[in-house]
Amino acid sequence: MHFLKPVWVFLGVVALVLVVRSFIVPKGFGIHEKGYMYSWHNIHNIDWWKNFKVNYQGKESCKDCHEDEYTKHAASKHMNIECEDCHGPSMEHPDDPNGKLPIDKSRALCSRCHTKFPYLQSGRSKIKGYADLANHEPGDACVKCHNPHNPNLEDM
Amino acid sequence: MVTRRNVLAKIFKSAASLAVALPLAQVLNPKKAHAQTVEKSKSVRWGFLIDTEKCVGCGMCVKACKLENEVPFEANVSRTWVERYVLTKDGVVHADSPKAARDGFTDAKIDQGEMPPLTIKDDDINKAFFVPKLCNQCENPPCVQVCPVGATYQTPDGIALVDRSWCIGCGYCIMACPYGARFFHPKYHVADKCTFCYHRISKGLKPACVMACPFGARQIGNLKDPNDPVTIAINTERVTVLKEEFGTKPQAYYLHMSKEVK
Repeated sequence: MHFLKPVWVFLGVVALVLVVRSFIVPKGFGIHEKGYMYSWHNIHNIDWWKNFKVNYQGKESCKDCHEDEYTKHAASKHMNIECEDCHGPSMEHPDDPNGKLPIDKSRALCSRCHTKFPYLQSGRSKIKGYADLANHEPGDACVKCHNPHNPNLEDM
Repeated sequence: MVTRRNVLAKIFKSAASLAVALPLAQVLNPKKAHAQTVEKSKSVRWGFLIDTEKCVGCGMCVKACKLENEVPFEANVSRTWVERYVLTKDGVVHADSPKAARDGFTDAKIDQGEMPPLTIKDDDINKAFFVPKLCNQCENPPCVQVCPVGATYQTPDGIALVDRSWCIGCGYCIMACPYGARFFHPKYHVADKCTFCYHRISKGLKPACVMACPFGARQIGNLKDPNDPVTIAINTERVTVLKEEFGTKPQAYYLHMSKEVK
C-alpha cells in the first residue's frame, strides 16, 4: 500500500497547519455582526478602541475649581469657545492641579478667527472684532490688552 | 361533557403549550433569534452632520483631534482636516488645506504647498467657504472590503476601526478610500483614520472636534434615534453627501454644500 504514503504526508501537513494556526490566530478572531465582508476581525479590538485615553475633559470639568473664570467666560461673547481650545487638553489636570496647563497666548491663536476674509458664504465674514493684525500693535500678544474671557471693548 | 372544570383545564393547557412553543420556535429558527439579539446591540448608528456655512476655518477641530487621538502634531497627517474653497470669476476653483488647517486659516493667500502661495483679489471672488472633512463612516466601506488580513472592520454601530496589532501596513485601505481619509500613522506604521472618537462617543462624550468647534459646525448623532437632533436635521433639511456615485453610502451629511466640493 505504498501509494497511500503521499496521502499520509498530505494529511500530516494539513494537521500541522491547523495546529500552528490555532496558536497564531488570536482568540476572538472571526466573522462578526456585519458579515465576512465588513466584520472579519478580532472582536476584542473594539474594547481596545473604547478604552483609548480621553484627553479633552470639557468645560464642565473646569467649573468646580475655576468657578469665577467659568462664570465670567460663560456670560461673554466668547462663551461658545471651550476652555481647552486655548488652555490645551486638561488630561489629568483635574486630579493633579500642580501640573499647570500651557496657555496659548499667541497672536496666531486669536487670528484663527479674527483674521478678516471676504468670504460671504462662510460664517467667517460675520465674526466681529476684526483688526488689521499686521499693523495693530504688532509684536504684542492680544491678551496684553484684550481679556479673552470677556472680550467687550467697553470693559477693557 | 362541558363542565367548568374541563373548560378551565383546556384554557390552562393551551396557554401553557403556547408559552413553551413560542420560545421553542425561536430556538428552531436561530436566524430570527440571532437577528433579535443583534438588533438590540444595533440600536445605535453614528452619523455626522456638518454645516459648511457655520465653519469659519479656525481649525480648532483639527488641533483638538490631533491632541485627543495622539496623532503626531508636527507630522503632515490628520484624521480630520478643513478645506478652503475660493471660486473666482474666471471659473477656477482654488482649494487648499495647509497643514490640514491645524493652525487655522490666517492668510488670505491660497497655499497648495506645491507652488508659491497665490494671492486672489477680493473683487475676483465669486464665492468662498470652508469645508471640514473627516471619515464618512460609510455603510459600505471600501477600505474595509480590501483589507487582506481582517485588520480593519466595521463595528455594529457603524464605525470603521483599524486593529493596530493586526495591520500589516500594506496600504490597500489607504488607496481604496475615495475620500482620502486614511493615512499611515508615523509612529505605529499602520493605517490610521478618524474613529468619530470611538472612545468618547461610547462613554457618552462628544468627539473632540465636535466639542472644540465654537460655531456648532460639527454635530454627531444616532441615526437610529428618530428624535436625535442630527437625525431630524438630516431627515428634514436639504443635505448632501460626498461622492454619492461611488455607492459607499457615506454617513457624514453636509448642509449648505456646493457642487465644486469633491
